[in-house]
Amino acid sequence: MSSENNILVKLKNAGIRQNDKWLVQGVSLEVEKGKIVTLIGPNGSGKSTTAKIALGIYKKIEGNVEKFTDKIGYVPQKISVDWTLPLRVHDFMVLTENLKDEEINKALTLTGVLNLKNKNLGNLSGGEFQRVLLARAISKKPELLVLDEPVQGVDFTGEIALYKLIKEISDRLNCGILLISHDLHTVMSATDHVVCLNGHVCCSGSPIDVAKNNEYKALFGEQASQILSRYEHKHDHVHSSDGSIKQKN
Amino acid sequence: MFDDFFIRALFAGIGVAFVTGPLGCFVIWRRLSYFGDTLAHSALLGVTIAYSLEFNIAFSVFITSSLIALILVQLQNKTNLPGDALLGLLAHSSLAVGLVVIGFLTFIRFDIMGLLFGDILAVTVNDIYIIWFGGALILLILKLIWKPLFASTVNYELAEAEGLNPDRAKAIFTILMAAIIAISIKMVGLLLITGMLIIPAAMARNISDSPLKMVTYSIIGGLLSVLIGLFSSLEFNTPSGPSIVAAALFLFILSLLKIKQTIKLKN
Repeated sequence: MSSENNILVKLKNAGIRQNDKWLVQGVSLEVEKGKIVTLIGPNGSGKSTTAKIALGIYKKIEGNVEKFTDKIGYVPQKISVDWTLPLRVHDFMVLTENLKDEEINKALTLTGVLNLKNKNLGNLSGGEFQRVLLARAISKKPELLVLDEPVQGVDFTGEIALYKLIKEISDRLNCGILLISHDLHTVMSATDHVVCLNGHVCCSGSPIDVAKNNEYKALFGEQASQILSRYEHKHDHVHSSDGSIKQKN
Repeated sequence: MFDDFFIRALFAGIGVAFVTGPLGCFVIWRRLSYFGDTLAHSALLGVTIAYSLEFNIAFSVFITSSLIALILVQLQNKTNLPGDALLGLLAHSSLAVGLVVIGFLTFIRFDIMGLLFGDILAVTVNDIYIIWFGGALILLILKLIWKPLFASTVNYELAEAEGLNPDRAKAIFTILMAAIIAISIKMVGLLLITGMLIIPAAMARNISDSPLKMVTYSIIGGLLSVLIGLFSSLEFNTPSGPSIVAAALFLFILSLLKIKQTIKLKN
């Protein structure tokens, strides 16, 4: 790890308990400028919870979180916008920060949804909405991006393009990214650091290190281990029409 | 200029409409209709306290409604009762206690109808000042907290994550709700204040596609309701509150026709 003042957010033995049950515990990680840290793990392993702890959404946590920036862009996993609100994409883009029109256009162009600018948010498809969410998060030129499954519901080619974009943004803005992803293929190509969660940190390190780890193998299976370590995009899965991934056997 | 009671009522009503417009939009967006109702019901208690201690009515109502809002938050944290049950509990018990206290205050003659439904004859020059200065202050504060309040209305976690402090905005908004009830109670009456808040905003929702438009139309709708309501109140000798709210309802029905038209156009 490089110098201390590059750190954007630092979790030290952080966790949260709800009704005497740990949602996640003992998580230590840090996100640095220009680095991508990816959280992986099965459903209910505390990935989103960990992201929310890092963002300071939860107030009563155990352990310790230090944030060194307040320029944050967040793409939540689930977002239910109340349709009693008349909200166009344009209004949504300036939700937390006042942006110039050109900045809005630029971000929407990058994620490929400029044509939706004046559309009502309620009329977007899942994938379109996801692109708008990502555009909003990057438009404010954040120092820290927290992306919770940012490409869910996006079509296959779009998915690859958006992950490429995320990597580009990390390089260009020199911002740190905390990424949550289900797609092990994407984890590999760009990620600097992988944290494997299952209620606690199973293992962490570079993608290759994690792939070799026995706990990781136990959690995801031998096949997943091969994917991570090989670094190549092998088509061992199919994308169904709703964007979810099915493993071929 | 304020010699005539009707002119006074008109000025008061216009002032109220400017404030209820934007606040009403938030009441709809944040689903706070019954919360507004509860605060308004508790206003009766505030009025009786004002009479017995010879306070200013608006001030006393503001304090009582804020206290009720505070109690509500405490009850939400400490009991397992659902929110709507707590609202009902506070609304009706504060209304009941208010009415019981009125029963004890036999030395004062109360115009209960006026309290419940508004009375344009009761608006004094002093009330107009309170409405306009208080209203301007409410709007100014609302403008200052607009960003965090609106962002957290769309999505709380997003606002919190990106450092907008939505909890503070929410607390301030609650105080603004108590304040608008306090300054508009004489005009609209405590049973109908929520109507004045939500009906113009609901009308505006039908015909707008952006938040700013909705706020603008909501203000215009409120102003028209006040004008139509007060003139018909004068003409037909009806209480001012119901007349204004009925006018707002009329505008709401008109806005439904507009929806039908747009749907036709789209097809």
